[in-house]
Amino acid sequence: MRAGLTSLLTLMAIFISVRCATAEQPALQAPRTAVAGSKVVLGTSGSGKASLYIVGQGAAIRREIQLGEQVSLSSGDLYNAGRYLVFLVADGITRSAQFDLLPSQKTAAISFLAKPSRLPVNVDDGLSGVVYVFDAFGNLIVAPQQASFELSETNGAKQTRRAITSNGVAWVRMNSAPKAGPAALLASVGGVTEKRIVQQVAGDPCRLKMTARREGRNVILETDPVRDCAGNPVPDGTIVTFTEASGSREATVDVPVKRGVARTTLPNPPNAVISVAAGIVMGNEIRWSDAQ
Amino acid sequence: MKKGRLLALLLGLATIALIAIGTLWPNQSGSGVVDANAQLLTSASSPENAVNVILQRIARHDWESAYESLGNKSQFTETDFTRDLTGDYGSLRTYAMLDGYDIRPLHASSDEAEIRANLKWASVVGTFRDSRDLRVTRNGNRWQVSWPVVKEPKVPPQVIAVNYLRWDVIYRGPDDDWGTQDVEPPHVRIVAMRPISRDGGVIVMGEILNEDVVPAFVTVKAALLDKGGAVLASEDSFDKISHILLPKQVSPFRIDFPNVSFSQVDSVRMQPDSGLVAASADPVIAVEDQKLAPVPDASLSGNLVNQSGQVVNVVHVIGTFYDNKGQIIWVADEYPNRALLPETPERFLISLPADVSNRVTSYHVVTSTYSASRFQ
Repeated sequence: MRAGLTSLLTLMAIFISVRCATAEQPALQAPRTAVAGSKVVLGTSGSGKASLYIVGQGAAIRREIQLGEQVSLSSGDLYNAGRYLVFLVADGITRSAQFDLLPSQKTAAISFLAKPSRLPVNVDDGLSGVVYVFDAFGNLIVAPQQASFELSETNGAKQTRRAITSNGVAWVRMNSAPKAGPAALLASVGGVTEKRIVQQVAGDPCRLKMTARREGRNVILETDPVRDCAGNPVPDGTIVTFTEASGSREATVDVPVKRGVARTTLPNPPNAVISVAAGIVMGNEIRWSDAQ
Repeated sequence: MKKGRLLALLLGLATIALIAIGTLWPNQSGSGVVDANAQLLTSASSPENAVNVILQRIARHDWESAYESLGNKSQFTETDFTRDLTGDYGSLRTYAMLDGYDIRPLHASSDEAEIRANLKWASVVGTFRDSRDLRVTRNGNRWQVSWPVVKEPKVPPQVIAVNYLRWDVIYRGPDDDWGTQDVEPPHVRIVAMRPISRDGGVIVMGEILNEDVVPAFVTVKAALLDKGGAVLASEDSFDKISHILLPKQVSPFRIDFPNVSFSQVDSVRMQPDSGLVAASADPVIAVEDQKLAPVPDASLSGNLVNQSGQVVNVVHVIGTFYDNKGQIIWVADEYPNRALLPETPERFLISLPADVSNRVTSYHVVTSTYSASRFQ
């Protein structure tokens, strides 16, 4: 009788031990990477109900799930690239995993910086174009992409450059044209194009020349059309300085160019040296006498 | 104890006596201290007193009373008198206060005297001086001042065609993408810079050029560094610069460091800064008849001629002075206190230190203007 009871208890203990040993613990499986905007599937095992938490770049999701089933996150749930943490909580037991959400490889938008937006003509490597490549969700696409840049002038002349993006950025340097005027700078990546207009303006005045003529008690000073060394007319408003030195006396006036020329009136001295300058560029000198 | 009481009593009596003397016979000669509330001088019992009375009334802006006490008021109206002192066109004079004066008799007889009054006016940009030779004549027991009215010239009615250039700026909007192109700030460059030691301090002078094709609002900041690269002091060119530069225009600048010794300075870090600004190419100011005067009254003088049709209320004249090697040796400025009327010369005078004046071989003058009808 005693031996029979002992055997029964032993069998029960073995049954309970086996039962406990074979009960399924909750588990969580996550992919190492996923693509932004695509479906993400997380695997679970175990039995019973559990809570699933997903925390990442600008996202915090909670789902009540049945252990042992797959959890699908739809394409709209996760779209900001970055590292995400997943927590599974069931009966006081927590399991965690992580995965990286990568940007989509398809270019959807580019940010294009063209600097400067205004520069003198004939400047080597004076213009820089920088492009940043983004997917449809605004994630910087860090995988290398082919970028092309094209500078088109009004006369049809073109310059093109190509570059491969590095960590989402590509840049080039280009020369400004010898002719003043607006130029279109285009950047293209993966079929997406952006355009910027760059003003190419005249450089410093070159071969500045003036003439003088008497008018009553005054002398009229007028420059020839003021142009840069490439022949581009300098913009109206450019300051030209006339100086009239007569003995120990001097007269100066800063005159803006109007309609291509600078013109002013100064007192007519008996003898004077009249000079002209624009910025740091000197023009011709006239030795003026009253007899002229 | 007794001695102490006696001393206190004596001091009290002396104080009362001095107050009484000062009240009955105030100082009426030499340098005048203008107090707008002063009511001390009412009698014109001497030429100096008569001048003091007039000047104190002017200081209180009591034009009517000052005019009424003049001996030559029949020669001009009260309006002429007021305009002589305050200007016609909203110039620096209009907002200036008589801050002090000194009077000096030139000659005197029993019935007539001539007194030079040097007036010191305080304005927002500093002080300016005005000298008047006043004839004072005896009229019975009183002395009366004849005021030499300076009438501002009048511009005849006319139409002046002005075909001026103006730049306006439209910036990137707040809704634009961050990569959207904005307007480029103007490119400016310091084309000359020279630090000098003066009066125990340091002065940094130079010239800045707007090398762009658009107007620029410019400032220049300088930092004095010691041998270790630490900043001893930093300052910017506040008023010794023409802040608005049109394309290819050059402005001098001067930055003073009165509390830094030149021997401490190892290097100077310059930082020109520029921003786009709406501006106008007019008015054009010609600087005519410029002439250097030698010591003892070393100065550069000349006439400013407003070649446009617009009244310029305030003009700032800045002179750059060079030695025989073309190096900048001084930068100085002046604000003429009267408005610039179209085609009407207005004199300016920039004072120079005697030691600088001896070395000046050439100079360049620039102007910047303010017109109330158009903010530039």
